[in-house]
Amino acid sequence: MTASFEPGRGYRLNPDVALRPEPFGALAYHFGTRRLSFLKAPDLVALVRQLGSYRCVSDALAAVPDRRRDIYLRALAALAAADMIVPQRDGSEAP
Amino acid sequence: MTTSREPAHSERVPALVEQFKAGLAAPICLTWEWTYACNLSCAHCLSSSGRRDPDELTTDEMRSVIDELRSMQVFYVNVGGGEPTIRPDFWELLDYAVANQVGVKFSTNGLRLDAERAQRLAATDYVDVQVSLDGASRQVNDAVRGPGSYDMALRAMENLAAAGARDFKISVVMTRHNVPQLDEFAALADRFGAQLRITRLRPSGRGADVWHELHPTDQQQREIYSWLADHGDRVLTGDSFFHLNALGATPLPGLNLCGAGRVVCLIDPIGDVYACPFAIHDAFKAGTVRAPGGFAEVWRSAPLFARLRTETSGGACRSCSAYSSCQGGCMAAKFFTGLPLDGPDPECVKGHGATALPGLDRGLRPRPDKDHSHRDPVSVGMPSVRIPAKPCDSSPVAVTA
Repeated sequence: MTASFEPGRGYRLNPDVALRPEPFGALAYHFGTRRLSFLKAPDLVALVRQLGSYRCVSDALAAVPDRRRDIYLRALAALAAADMIVPQRDGSEAP
Repeated sequence: MTTSREPAHSERVPALVEQFKAGLAAPICLTWEWTYACNLSCAHCLSSSGRRDPDELTTDEMRSVIDELRSMQVFYVNVGGGEPTIRPDFWELLDYAVANQVGVKFSTNGLRLDAERAQRLAATDYVDVQVSLDGASRQVNDAVRGPGSYDMALRAMENLAAAGARDFKISVVMTRHNVPQLDEFAALADRFGAQLRITRLRPSGRGADVWHELHPTDQQQREIYSWLADHGDRVLTGDSFFHLNALGATPLPGLNLCGAGRVVCLIDPIGDVYACPFAIHDAFKAGTVRAPGGFAEVWRSAPLFARLRTETSGGACRSCSAYSSCQGGCMAAKFFTGLPLDGPDPECVKGHGATALPGLDRGLRPRPDKDHSHRDPVSVGMPSVRIPAKPCDSSPVAVTA
């Protein structure tokens, strides 16, 4: 169902997904697959919310400290695999 | 909870289970019983249902709760009863919840699921149906759920399957009599294109009267565990078997933690809020949705929930090698069998619960105190589930036909 995650592409929060703020970050609920995921860091929640305004994932991660970038990349890959974030159409997206 | 999947990015933050212990902004697994009325009188009914309570929430009050759940982002509720479809406004409320992005998984004994209704349900997105069945044969099922209940459930399943309802659930409470039927349940689910869900028998409600005779034997607990280890990816459990985790090297999938008041709670038909669906007792009542502030206020501020969200001592269990996998087990199972809440689960796999139980005075066991059972005697078909009359036991299931 989901193509492999490509950091060179733009992604955005799936419109079928709602984020519920939680003490640890947020709970993501996918209305289509009815799955829950947990974003376990407030920074990651902010990143996911803003993902659609970046041309590609690598740009979105540019401001993230090096030591955290790999962790966030893996988190985004997991969210893409769960269809929580999806590729932007044509690589461009109105925020 | 069974739908949760945890992304693998936990290096820098405490494990999710530690986060859950402190409670979430809103429940993930909210059970909402819509009525105490039921056409059946199952021997193990966790809510002692039968008669409608005259004080049940009105249609308007139900809508207000749904509005509140929407604003709290409770994305779905587990609706039960009683038999929820007995409410005349059931379908209206179902539509209202779904229209407000509150998905509904409802449990039913099949009463109202005729061919036409099954077709409408199959066409409704965002609704899951769960048909209760406690035996893969008429004999085993009807002994617990009453005469005719097997045929009613099977008819409902046939209607759902014929209507093309995808992945409806067959929900089984595991008892001493149906553990040998696990493969048959799985075959039944396959036959209907359904998904099997098995859960643990709790000594809650009328279940308190039959638990000691009906709960699986130690050997059967091991069978359940290994069967789940083999088939767990296709079977839902409501995370209810985490007390068995110490039986093997691999924990069963799911949240292995008592979620009561942390990620789980119950709203009963009169709007009272309890820590979990298996704990309908004043000791676990946190408040009511009818009070100012509604459900949100209860969830956020009830002193009972605050207490449940603090770390438990673990008591004598703390020094046990299995504690990290079972977390002391089920609070409700301990409470209604008379065991201390910081003691072992009655079905502790190390045998600590079984050792403690015989020493307890049965008369001092907390009684479920919200009884809506039918007043007429109820027959339980199978001789093997007859229970000896006890002086303190006025349960209708002690009366056998």
